[in-house]
Formats: sequence, structure tokens, C-alpha cells
Amino acid sequence: MEFTKSPGVRIGLSIAVATGLYGVSFGALSVASGLDLWQTMALSLLLFSGGSQFAFIGVVGGGGSGAAAMSAASLLGIRNAVYAMQMNALVRPRGWRKLLAAQVTIDESTATASGQTDNLEQRRGFWTAGIGIYVLWNLFTAVGALLGNAMGDPAQWGLDGAAVAAFLALLWPRLKAREPVAIAVVCAVVTLLAVPFVPAGIPILIAAAVAGALGWVSHGPADEGLEPDVDPYATREDHP
Amino acid sequence: MSLWIWILIACAVAYLTKFAGYLVPAKWMENPRMTRIAGTLTIGLLASLTAVNTFASGQALVLDARVAALAAAAVALWLRAPFLVVVLAGAAAAALARLAGIP
Repeated sequence: MEFTKSPGVRIGLSIAVATGLYGVSFGALSVASGLDLWQTMALSLLLFSGGSQFAFIGVVGGGGSGAAAMSAASLLGIRNAVYAMQMNALVRPRGWRKLLAAQVTIDESTATASGQTDNLEQRRGFWTAGIGIYVLWNLFTAVGALLGNAMGDPAQWGLDGAAVAAFLALLWPRLKAREPVAIAVVCAVVTLLAVPFVPAGIPILIAAAVAGALGWVSHGPADEGLEPDVDPYATREDHP
Repeated sequence: MSLWIWILIACAVAYLTKFAGYLVPAKWMENPRMTRIAGTLTIGLLASLTAVNTFASGQALVLDARVAALAAAAVALWLRAPFLVVVLAGAAAAALARLAGIP
């Protein structure tokens, strides 16, 4: 009973439900972009990083090669290494727990832990959000993939439009200042300029190179772009 | 079959990326440039993926029902709708645009 009074556990559980639920959209979009049920589940079980998973199926769905899809997913996953360094200092997992902690180190578990001030609550928040999202995300990925398989023609249901909306929704919370908006616009324009001239999937990697170069020379705050797609503390800020 | 290989490589790279963060000395974290590049990469890739999924059809640039999905998603996000509602708004907009005869 004491456990449910822990703020880290409470926030962790609510973010697990909110994030886990949208696994249904990943599952449906993944089968619509041509992956089968098991390939879809492999991404959720083993890769387990929402943005990278959407990137992989986004490239494959757009006609890109497996190599380009893997590259886009891997580049998008680099921020997880930064989160892992932060969580290593905060959660300090030992021994085999390190292996487990690594798999559940994502935007939302990091944000849940970072939002707590007490170290015990930081650790509770990290593990509750991480494991909770892992379980629900995989459950709802399976539901989404089965639904997607039952739906038939993806275009008729507007699933290509759903993919567009998903990417914009992943990007949106990261556009809180002028510089990230400028980076987003530059990368979108570079992408579209490249589309007619190189094979599908490659424009995204060109945009990544541009984004990396902009990061190298920029002087913005170090945590820019490292916001979770579902903010664990958003509702508390909106209704204090 | 070859897609399976790329899926498994992507999974391995993703896990090793996460795990690497638990192995490097905490001192590395103080390098702001690395953190910043991780951030701008994230923004740039997501913007690029949004653009490709909206306007590209193979190697051609096209305006079709997906533009309606982009607009509907932007409105939903502006209204602070949750992720799943945004995705459903995008799907509904594209489906309705096609019913209205837009390719």
C-alpha cells in the first residue's frame, strides 16, 4: 500500500499506460508498411525505442532499403546513450541489473526519473516507467499488428496519414524554441530537395548528416531535442 | 529474409547504444557537444521522416491526401491532444480526403 503512495511509482505507472497505449499505432503501421507480425514484435521486444521503431518502418514503408532503415533507426537511437549516461549516474544499477536497465532506457523512463528529486523516487520512477512501458508497449504492439492485418487496404483507412501524424507527434514536443524549429525546417527542406535525386531512404540520412553538423556548430542548450514524446509531468505543469 | 537481418542488426545496435551509456565514465557526460548532437540528430531525423512520409512517393514529390493528414495532426497537437488521438486524426483526414476524390 505504501508503494502506491510513492510519487515515482505513480507517475511511472501513468506514463506507462499513456505510452504503452500508442504501441497500437506502431503495430498497425508496421504491418501496413510491409513487416509481418513477428518482425513487428521483434522491433518492439528487442529494439524497444519508439522513435527508432517508427523510423525503421517509415523508411521501409517509403520504399527504402533495410540498410537505410537500420541506419535511420540507429542514428535516432544515439540519444539513448546520453540518457543511459544520465541514468547510470542517477539510478546506479549494479551487476545484471545494468543489462536490464539498458533495455528500458528510453525518453519516458529517463524523463520520469529526472523529474523526481529524491533519489529513491528517481529509481522507482525509472524502473516503474521502464518496465511498465516495456510490458504495455509490447502488448499493444501485438494488438495493433493483429488489427492492422485484419484491416486490409492500408490506404483506404488512411494509415499513410497516420504515419505522417505519428512522426509529427514525435517531433512536436521537441520544438519548444526557435533553434529546434529552424533545425527541423532545414532538415525537412534538405530531405525534399534530395528525394528526386537519390534512392528512397537516403534523403533521411542526408538530413541526419546536416542535423549532426548543425549540432556540432550550434550553441543551444545541451538538452535540446531530448524531450520525451509523452511528458510524464505535462499535466502537473498545466494544472498546478 | 534479408529484411530480418536488418531488423536484427538494428535491434543489436539499439541495445549496444543504450548499454554503452552505462559503461562510459561519468566524466564523458560533461561534454555538452555530444549531448547537443544527439538532440539535433533527433530533431533533424524526425523532421525528415515527417517530410518524406508526407510528400514523397518513391523518388517523386507529390501533393496528395497525406497533406490533409499533416494539417489535421498539427491542429490536434496544437490542441494538446494525446499521441493516439493525433494519429487517429491523421488517419481520418487522409481517409476522408480520399473519399472526397483527392488521390
